[in-house]
Amino acid sequence: MKELRSVGTSVRRRDGDGHVTGQTEFVDDRSFPDLKHLHVVRSPVPHAEIEAVDTSQAEAVSGFVTALTHEDVPNNIYTILRLIDIGPNEEPLLAEERVRYQGEPIAAIVADTKRAAMEAASKVEVDLTELPAVFDVEEALEPDAPTLKEWGTNYFEYEGHECRRVRYGDVEKGFKEADHIIEERYQTSPIEQAPTETTAAIAKPESNGRFTVYTNTQALYFSLDNTAMIVDVPFSKLQFVGGTVGGGFGGKVDVIVEPLATLAAKKTGYPVQYKFTREEEMQVSSPRGAWRMYYKDGVTDDGEIVARQVTSYADAGAYNRHTPYAVTKHAANVGGPYDIPNAKFDCYCVYTTKQPSSAMRGFGVTPASFAVEGQMDKIADELGLDRWEVRFKNAYQNGDVTPHRKEVEDATLIETMQSAAEMVGRDLPPEYATMSSFKEQDNEGDSRV
Amino acid sequence: MSKRRGTGLATVNYPTGMNLGGDPTQALIHSTTTGNFVVTLSSTDLGQGLKTAMAQIAADAMGVPVDNIIVDTGDTDTGPHCMGTFASRGTHRAGNAVIDAADEARDVLMEVAAEELEAAPSDLEPDGDGNIHVLGAPDRSISVMDAAMAAHFEQGRTISGRGIGFKPKSDVDPETGEMDPDSTEAHATVVTEVEVDTETGEVDVLTVKAVYEIGQMVNPALVDGQIIGGAWMGMAHALYETTDPYYPDIDHKPGSFGEYSLPGPSEVPDIEYEVLEIPSQTGPYGVKGIGEMSATPPIPAIVNAIKDAIGVQITEIPVTPEVVLRALEDEKESSEEPPVAENRDGGDEP
Repeated sequence: MKELRSVGTSVRRRDGDGHVTGQTEFVDDRSFPDLKHLHVVRSPVPHAEIEAVDTSQAEAVSGFVTALTHEDVPNNIYTILRLIDIGPNEEPLLAEERVRYQGEPIAAIVADTKRAAMEAASKVEVDLTELPAVFDVEEALEPDAPTLKEWGTNYFEYEGHECRRVRYGDVEKGFKEADHIIEERYQTSPIEQAPTETTAAIAKPESNGRFTVYTNTQALYFSLDNTAMIVDVPFSKLQFVGGTVGGGFGGKVDVIVEPLATLAAKKTGYPVQYKFTREEEMQVSSPRGAWRMYYKDGVTDDGEIVARQVTSYADAGAYNRHTPYAVTKHAANVGGPYDIPNAKFDCYCVYTTKQPSSAMRGFGVTPASFAVEGQMDKIADELGLDRWEVRFKNAYQNGDVTPHRKEVEDATLIETMQSAAEMVGRDLPPEYATMSSFKEQDNEGDSRV
Repeated sequence: MSKRRGTGLATVNYPTGMNLGGDPTQALIHSTTTGNFVVTLSSTDLGQGLKTAMAQIAADAMGVPVDNIIVDTGDTDTGPHCMGTFASRGTHRAGNAVIDAADEARDVLMEVAAEELEAAPSDLEPDGDGNIHVLGAPDRSISVMDAAMAAHFEQGRTISGRGIGFKPKSDVDPETGEMDPDSTEAHATVVTEVEVDTETGEVDVLTVKAVYEIGQMVNPALVDGQIIGGAWMGMAHALYETTDPYYPDIDHKPGSFGEYSLPGPSEVPDIEYEVLEIPSQTGPYGVKGIGEMSATPPIPAIVNAIKDAIGVQITEIPVTPEVVLRALEDEKESSEEPPVAENRDGGDEP
């Protein structure tokens, strides 16, 4: 290994001064001659049939340039993760016959100013016939729930299964061998990524027939590829420029503003900006999804977990966004950093008539850790055991196999517990004070530490 | 009025990299004739300092000062492909790509310098301060800039390199869920102390004490930002935030920061932490990653501390004052004996 001189030192960050003195150029700082602004007409109700959309009053607003509906979108139905083979397509860029959440885009107005676009958008008349809504994930799976998806269910299908399954060992046998069964239901809340900079893009038609898209996406190529497919322009005709973002936290991985801005630029020939207001950022941009998790652990008298069964429901809201991916990630983490010999996990991606949820820091893992650590304390407290010792007793070590059948390679949980115990002045029994994640190191001369 | 204190513990893992892999990031590096090397990427800096971290990794991989590394990112016409900055993958994938690219460029740099110094490339060593020396002969050296000039104007060579950070895509077994969902795992133990006001239901987080094991640190100041910011974000998720106050119903959605509950500076607790660096097997220089994980363990640590304080387990977040008061009420009702004693005197109870 080469000598490390810079890595490991606190080199002053290069863009910090620019950020705090206002010198950094974000999307909204860019200006172009004839820049137009886009604002979206949104559904006022969570679930409805669209009977008619009338833009005639909007067209009379001073500064109005054009209106877009689903008829203007070449490939209107998409799903972001089709780029990694997750499908089928199921979300419209602009709603067609039906809206499935309050705030769903129905039409877009392009105007000379943001103010004119907002005023014109407010004058678009949408005739809706409301349908029954379903907000709760478990109610959405009931047979009488209103169905949101073309394929006739309210869940994402994982290779023929209604949920992402993990099966390891024999969970029923484990429960029989257990001295105690510890069960609990856990629920997390949707929260806002709360970036300083709201989601924004400017699409600019170039004289050579290409489009330059300035964007604060977290993933330039993901946004480029999806935009090209939705707007039906060759990938090679798009240039995406970004790389500097005023806070992402997962809130800027959905491809929402770039396709509409590009479509509007293509239709009008003008550069077009589509920037979320703070209200849109909070109410229609995807929040962290809420998760409901039912845990059932079989535990021996001395606190060893011998079986774990989990049924969990991710509230995707009305559309996929990134939730099908997160549920798989979640399924690999509901066991936590512990050695679980028998496991059965059923993790559902459920659709409800709500604002679609999506990625946020800890996607799928944060709710799992919340539930797992609640269980660890519950096990300790119900059995009258020490909360630290229950964790040491169950901690995974390198060489163990997880419920998703991966051999553990970089385990260091035990070492963090030992250091934390020292930090808070807690004496550990010798067996835990000398324990190691590298259980083979003595007899195999493992030199990884 | 009663204030009760409690201590909570949480121990967690956190996976690095896109679930199941299949998420490449490329890097290109080339020398200019100014003594600088340009690292070209399409990765996004979210404010976490990716550009700075990549410059540091490139500097050590090339053996040149970090001030001579220019990071150019964020343009799909000029930068090679990157899957994006998410899933705690930025430093891991882009860092590996940068090392890969720098290895190739460094080999050329050494060949060029070797020709100028009339030495074998394997006998040369960069000093990290902008010079390349012949091992064992301290007076025989050439500056990196002079070598770059010689490559371009005299030897007719380009000093450049191409790199990729890649984990091939794996599939999930639909029946068993067998999968390879991470490139490495970071770990943490967090201990919090809280004070719960049983009259108002308010929870005050007093201290957060944390140990993070995240492999090799690239930049401790940037890690500090993640740990402090993450503690704050985790505390906000645990106690304050929701976009649906009546979840799952959608009434009263907040539309501005004025309506959205977040902790302010006065609510931020004392945060003390320690970082352990046990190298990962796959990351650049043993890096694991800290981007996402630091917002997670404070949540269960705080909720467990509330249980330690009031003796009631709360199983939903955010734990607002209302949630605390309802939990205390439910506990009181279920633990109270039926009102038999009062009825002995022939009270009016139904």
